[in-house]
Amino acid sequence: MKNETPLLSVTGAGHRYGDRFGCRDVSFDLWPGEVLAVVGESGSGKSTLLGMLSQRLTLDEGTIRYRTARLSDADLGGAGEDERMAEDLLDLSTLSEREVRRLWRTDWGFVHQNAADGLRMHVSAGGNVGEPLMANGWRHYGKIRAEAEEWLRRVEIPADRIDEAPATYSGGMRQRVQIARNLVFGPRLVFMDEPTSSLDVSVQARLLDLIRSLVAELGLAVVVVTHDLAVARLISHRTLVMKDGVVIESGLTDRVLDDPQAAYTQLLVSSILQG
Amino acid sequence: MSAPHIVYNEGYLDEQTKRVIRRALLKGVAIPGFQVPFASREVPMPRGWGTGGVQVTAAVIGASDTLKVIDQGADDTTNAVSIRAFFEKVAGARSTTRTDEATIIQTRHRIPETPLAEKQILVYQVPIPEPLRFLEPRETETRRLHALEEYGLMYVKLYEDIARYGHIAKTYDYPVLVNGRYVMAPSPIPSFDNPKMHQSPALQLFGAGREKRIYVIPPFTDVESLGFEDFPFEPQRFDQPCEICGSVGVYLDEVIIDDRGNAMFVCSDTDHCERTATASVRDETTEVSA
Repeated sequence: MKNETPLLSVTGAGHRYGDRFGCRDVSFDLWPGEVLAVVGESGSGKSTLLGMLSQRLTLDEGTIRYRTARLSDADLGGAGEDERMAEDLLDLSTLSEREVRRLWRTDWGFVHQNAADGLRMHVSAGGNVGEPLMANGWRHYGKIRAEAEEWLRRVEIPADRIDEAPATYSGGMRQRVQIARNLVFGPRLVFMDEPTSSLDVSVQARLLDLIRSLVAELGLAVVVVTHDLAVARLISHRTLVMKDGVVIESGLTDRVLDDPQAAYTQLLVSSILQG
Repeated sequence: MSAPHIVYNEGYLDEQTKRVIRRALLKGVAIPGFQVPFASREVPMPRGWGTGGVQVTAAVIGASDTLKVIDQGADDTTNAVSIRAFFEKVAGARSTTRTDEATIIQTRHRIPETPLAEKQILVYQVPIPEPLRFLEPRETETRRLHALEEYGLMYVKLYEDIARYGHIAKTYDYPVLVNGRYVMAPSPIPSFDNPKMHQSPALQLFGAGREKRIYVIPPFTDVESLGFEDFPFEPQRFDQPCEICGSVGVYLDEVIIDDRGNAMFVCSDTDHCERTATASVRDETTEVSA
């Protein structure tokens, strides 16, 4: 099911911190169902790129275009807006804050490295997972609850802990609740910022497994930022390697990791400890 | 030794300040339920004791007005008595305890049982004007949520209640949707009083002195208490009548009457209780004489 137009199309994108670019000249296309890994050392601009793509940071140069299927039937705006929305690829810089936040609610998930940033730590897990539904206008408690239960089951949270707050959960459970919260409303694109790096290795493996199966099942497009090449290898189709705010290599993950072309990528790949 | 003779401006506040507050009130009337920031002044009482309500009252009161002040429904508490005395002194207004005679009613935590009429003004003292406050601590963010009409968060609170207690347990300051647009904190009135705000013929003004916000429900405005489709809003109910006046369908206070924990339930609205009790005594007298 190859689509004609990509879901997300980025050309020459850059974000500036003062007079210095955090990341610059990034170009790539992302198709539905595709997982893109962004790897690089800390400070290489990975998270800046992610922030910029998800419209949390300003786009200072270049363009980001996104295929909006659902905004066309959205209930907001007048006729002129509908026409603009119906276009295939929409330049995100033309969106108002209201429309961007609508994308956040209905189309995009964002999984933070630290679950505390993405969850309300003192609201029950059920409430956390139900919140995006309520934000999207669900007003039937029974249905919200059933949907939250279903999603917590899918991320392997025991059913009897649905009414406990994530503050009482372990790190791995919190991260799984966060993933459920970001998938419950049926997004088409999910941004993940180091989703596994704060977890210990065995939990990491299970979480990656879960992410991989959910992504495949739902046909999501994912941009995952990681400094861990193993994560990129395990879940991504394509990889961007970043250094000093620019993309120095990109390609199929297996190609990039097995046959690195750029000197820095070679260094990165060779620095993995071999057992 | 002569005491210095102090002359207060009418209504205590200076004219410019009253204009500031009236402008905020007019803006509030134009956008029902929207929290209008205003420059809250010092008044001779501590913040948190109804300074917002006092400033709003000061801005709308005149010598021809009759003021009633209630505190948890009672006309005779210290705060209510001293606010009445204050405005008698600085505005030359008359004061009353009867709801039907008052033109301005300043209230803390209650709406009178006697239905309000047109040309009456109800002034609420508000401690925390932001209904989303305990869910979202950032003021910048809550303002944005109001502006973009994103009220999913408010339902999270209700969801949590149902998940934990099996019903919506919030019984005071129960959030309402005003005129189909703004979610508003009705100040800590019991949810029992919420339905009285809907389509009320009186003008309802809300003043939060410490938080520097004013908001308004104009007369005959829709005020809908939030709820889920399968767990709709239900105001509190009382099964027994008031033990003094025998009224039913009124808000009751539990009053402890001895050291062994015995209690009686009586009207929280003292004016209503007194008048009902007097009326029933009069009825009995008429029956006996007839």
